[in-house]
Amino acid sequence: MTTEIFKAKPKINLKHGVVEMNHGAGGRATHQLVEQLFMPAFDNPWLAQAQDQASFQVEPSRLVMTTDSHVISPLFFPGGDIGSLAVYGTINDIAMAGAKPLYLSASFILEEGFALRELQKIVLSMAKAAREAHVAVITGDTKVVEKGKGDGVFITTTGIGAVPQHVNITHKLSPEDKIILSGFIGDHGIAVMSQRQNLQFNTDLISDSAPLHELTKTMFEAVPHLNCLRDPTRGGLAGTLNEWANHYDVGFFIDENAIPVRDAVRGACELLGLDPLYVANEGKLVTVCSASDAEKVLIAMKAHPLGKQAAVIGEVIADSNCFVQMKTIFGGTRIVDWLTGDQLPRIC
Amino acid sequence: MKYISEFRNAEIAKGLAQKIQEAVDPNRQYALMEFCGGHTHAIHRYGLPSLLPKNIELIHGPGCPVCILPIARIDYAIALSHLPKVILCSYGDMLRVPGSDQYSLLKARAKGADVRMVYSIDDALKIAEQNPSQEVIFFAIGFETTTPPTAVALMQAQAKKLKNFSIFCNHVLTPIAMHTLLENTTEPSPNLDGFIGPSHVSIVIGSDAYKNVAEKFQKPVVIAGFEPLDVMHSILMLVKMINAQEYGIQNQYTRAVSSTGSTQALKLIEKTLELRDTFEWRGLGWIRHSALQIRKEFDAFNAELRFPLNIPEGKEHKACECSRILRGVKKPQDCKLFATACTPENPLGSCMVSSEGACAAHYAYGRIS
Repeated sequence: MTTEIFKAKPKINLKHGVVEMNHGAGGRATHQLVEQLFMPAFDNPWLAQAQDQASFQVEPSRLVMTTDSHVISPLFFPGGDIGSLAVYGTINDIAMAGAKPLYLSASFILEEGFALRELQKIVLSMAKAAREAHVAVITGDTKVVEKGKGDGVFITTTGIGAVPQHVNITHKLSPEDKIILSGFIGDHGIAVMSQRQNLQFNTDLISDSAPLHELTKTMFEAVPHLNCLRDPTRGGLAGTLNEWANHYDVGFFIDENAIPVRDAVRGACELLGLDPLYVANEGKLVTVCSASDAEKVLIAMKAHPLGKQAAVIGEVIADSNCFVQMKTIFGGTRIVDWLTGDQLPRIC
Repeated sequence: MKYISEFRNAEIAKGLAQKIQEAVDPNRQYALMEFCGGHTHAIHRYGLPSLLPKNIELIHGPGCPVCILPIARIDYAIALSHLPKVILCSYGDMLRVPGSDQYSLLKARAKGADVRMVYSIDDALKIAEQNPSQEVIFFAIGFETTTPPTAVALMQAQAKKLKNFSIFCNHVLTPIAMHTLLENTTEPSPNLDGFIGPSHVSIVIGSDAYKNVAEKFQKPVVIAGFEPLDVMHSILMLVKMINAQEYGIQNQYTRAVSSTGSTQALKLIEKTLELRDTFEWRGLGWIRHSALQIRKEFDAFNAELRFPLNIPEGKEHKACECSRILRGVKKPQDCKLFATACTPENPLGSCMVSSEGACAAHYAYGRIS
């Protein structure tokens, strides 16, 4: 009888409990949280090793590694939450190297007083996202900060991926190379913004948050050589193009009419004084390829659900100023500069 | 949405560009000032200069409320934000404007001041109601466009008997600024041939409000909407007026602007605000009767009376040319600091802060032309 009592594992109260300091202290409470919440959610053989690290084998190949911290507010937004976003964000950074994502780690910084019920929702969403993307979360960490010193949950995910033999990103841009965008821009930023406390407006818009590695796989199967590839998250499409122009010492000329923007995003931007070119995306990619490959890449992208609205939006030009120029919908030409300051606070 | 896209139609723009091309006299220059920052922004955002004949020069005017606010008023707002228990609310752009020694409200926030960005004064009222133990101050800026909401807020605050809400009022008036600009003889603005007249301001005060100034200085003024086709159409109207040596007011923005303005909005302003004796404008100096202050009946909501502070004269950056740029005497690229020390990331002068500011617009959109 006595031994039975000692063996009994008290359940943490996921329904009504909150995060307490001792959940991060490394003692029994930490152990319970890991065992009762994280382990069953992510459930995989590497995590089940229950060590401070996960041990795994990889086939000999070029590996990529990336890390991404997620501090979004609000934690739940139309089309996603911080959990799925933390998985997709890192998967996408891996995918943009043409790599297949293999494993993730997840590090949680929790604020004292945060409802365990909400945490569970986030963790389950994260696990679902990882499972659907066929990527395992194989190691992790939890820390707790005092109330008022965090904002509910911050999640950092680190990922490892392997680049298939045939994939080649040349990182060389020449005039007349084509710029291809995978679909509508600005959905994520505006969907998140619509939920902000001081700015609630009604929209059916949902975040485009999605894993892009299957789309990139299709693209590299069609054309193994792409010149560059990026998911335009913070800073939007304009940010990515400006970074490239500077890095590769070229200019870009894009056509505003060719850039897919939903009416709802256009309308919200009009109202809020924003420009969709700077609004964040979480499920879009932009690539540059040679003019001769553009058609093949475009067909491959359009054949994938996440690339249906893919479009050639412009081309590389020689420009020692490294400007991104745009033919406006009005027929005029202007510069598309970097984003200054913050268009929207804390969106990913 | 259609209401917007119709005014951005590239085909109609092409036609208008053609008509402007045909209307201009190739043997002369046309110096047109777009008074409002909203026009400056539209002109650059849609790449209008690339559609216009080379002999039409667009000169940015002083119609950017963020840009014309003198440093001492920004210093005042920053000092207010550092008072104990104060929550200072304002519009986004205002937070980044540098005061003396490049200190801004954003920097004040980083040092612990409670500075909040709001989208309307209504949000500031709500914050006051939600935080009864704190003092909420709204940093009100703008031309006649943003004045009616301030008037409404004053009346609401009075009706709700709010004890912890006040307004730091910096509302300024448009026609008098135009007058001062044209009257300046010590450092005259370039010989302006005409004005692309205010858009939203005119909805409130009406197109007749500029009659005196247009007639006194014999200048054509075309009240123009903020959409790119509005601006193109107004330029065509101005070119025709200039060619015919006509002056006075024409109204392109008839879908929104009447000759007498919004009686209701004007009544609200009249009820709550009154003319200031004098007010300092960045670039234009002290101008008599150029701004509004809160009426006596609303003293309880006047932040300047509730928190009287002695603010020393503001310190401008020595090389900053904002004051001349605001009058069209210099162009952004004439300033030594432009795009070198002064950039949107590190603005040294107010014209580089707001997207409606001449320097910011020129930096963001115009460096190719």
